[in-house]
Amino acid sequence: MSEPILKIRNIESFYGPIMAIRGVSLDVHEGRIVSILGANGAGKTTLMKTISGVMDPEKGQIIFDGREIQGQEPHRIVHSGIVHVPEGREVFPLLTVDDNLSLGAYTRNDTQGIEQDRELVFNYFPILKERRTQEAGTLSGGQQQMLAIGRGLMARPKIMLLDEPSLGLSPLLVQEIFEILRRLNKEQGMTMMLVEQNAAAALNLAHDGYVMEVGRIVMDGTAEALMKSEDIQNFYLGVQEEGAREERRWKRKKTWR
Amino acid sequence: MDNLQLLISGLANGCVYGLIALGFVLIYKATEAVNFAQGDFMMLGAFVTIGLTNTEYMGLPFWLALPISLGIMALLGYLLDRFIIRRMFGESQTSVVILTIALGFVIRFVAGLIWGHEPQSLQNPLAGKELSVGGLVLGLEDVAVIVVTILLTWGLYEFFNRTKLGLAMQGASQNQLAAYYMGVPVKRVQGFIWALAGAVACVAGILFAAKGAVDPNAGLMGIKAFAAAVIGGFGSLPGALAGGLIVGVIEPFASRYIAAGYSQIAPYALLLIVLIFRPHGLFSQVRIKKV
Repeated sequence: MSEPILKIRNIESFYGPIMAIRGVSLDVHEGRIVSILGANGAGKTTLMKTISGVMDPEKGQIIFDGREIQGQEPHRIVHSGIVHVPEGREVFPLLTVDDNLSLGAYTRNDTQGIEQDRELVFNYFPILKERRTQEAGTLSGGQQQMLAIGRGLMARPKIMLLDEPSLGLSPLLVQEIFEILRRLNKEQGMTMMLVEQNAAAALNLAHDGYVMEVGRIVMDGTAEALMKSEDIQNFYLGVQEEGAREERRWKRKKTWR
Repeated sequence: MDNLQLLISGLANGCVYGLIALGFVLIYKATEAVNFAQGDFMMLGAFVTIGLTNTEYMGLPFWLALPISLGIMALLGYLLDRFIIRRMFGESQTSVVILTIALGFVIRFVAGLIWGHEPQSLQNPLAGKELSVGGLVLGLEDVAVIVVTILLTWGLYEFFNRTKLGLAMQGASQNQLAAYYMGVPVKRVQGFIWALAGAVACVAGILFAAKGAVDPNAGLMGIKAFAAAVIGGFGSLPGALAGGLIVGVIEPFASRYIAAGYSQIAPYALLLIVLIFRPHGLFSQVRIKKV
């Protein structure tokens, strides 16, 4: 396979004295969707924040497009082509949908390209076009999530970091949004790194996957291989073996422990 | 007729309050800090302009001095953020508040040292001229104050809603983290806001010194402007201006119809009433975040 567009090598990040990521390495190849699974507090969000420059790593390298970018200011990282769609939407509540999208294109100056991309976003999320003059804070949760993704697209990134796009949404909406993400990947060739607790949906969408636990990567592979792995089935997909009882589940040990 | 005259001079005063309040709100919205030196900024802006124009100082032509003093005050605002406020990042709000109060004292004494403690007036082309409209005699300065304030507010409104930088400023104040994620250089944008607040304070100072006299203690009327900002709803630009106008109009009417000792407290009494019945202010932009 060719050189990965995003290479992470032995990254360590701290919240004060607490080590949230303990030496994580991973690769994202162009045009692929990479999903990072893990429970609460595994360090997934911290990893995303470290990539987008909101947090600085203590150690390790992040190499994007052949250049080291760790520890740079967030706006320089957006400039180089990484956009972070944060957890919990984080839209600008008092700005209109249109203005939110415009701010997504803050790093760009090509007026024509921006307008084209606005149409592109409206094409994928028709509801946003209907609501374009409405304040973003008045949108429903699902619409806000769509706006957050659309706003990310406006930066015309080379890679999108999606943090829990399914958070707090109904299963139907999750399906809808993941379908749009799949189309974006297929039709626009958008590379994505997806952090999810909803492992089934994430593995369904992704090409490759990593599993994180307490700040470490404990497993990696193609999405297919991960889906077949017994550990993943038991602990993340909730599949139960024939006749399995609760107690057996508790007794089982993960193979990486 | 008398009341109309009171109203107009009240509005002119209120415009100055409103402009100072605008400075409070700009900085509060962008950085969540309250700059209690905003009134002293206004006073400093007035003295800088006086120093440049008045014949006993440098004696530059008024229209030349105007952009220079605006530039100086904007630069001061920017430097204040760059070298002092930004270092307070992560400290508690109280320390920032105390810092700006202290800064106000420093500005007051420095201005007193340079320009003396006597009230001084800005020599300007409109001084002393009057405009009579149908039996109503208006000072041309009062009219100019109102016109300039309207133009400035309109300009700021357009700036915030139509330009990219203005949008970024709104974004950075509504959701700082998201602004970072969108590639907005938040710190630089905040520097711009401090510069803008400095320039707005300078305009307020020029208007204030043109229609009356300014002395180093004039900055204390920042307290009244602060009350105006709270009445308008801290965090809303039109609210700040409206609050300023309300306080400005109440004052002359209160001093006319209420006994002398009590009229001074009218704006603060209003502040109390507003806080009791509408704690977020009259024109607040408070929404509950949806999850």
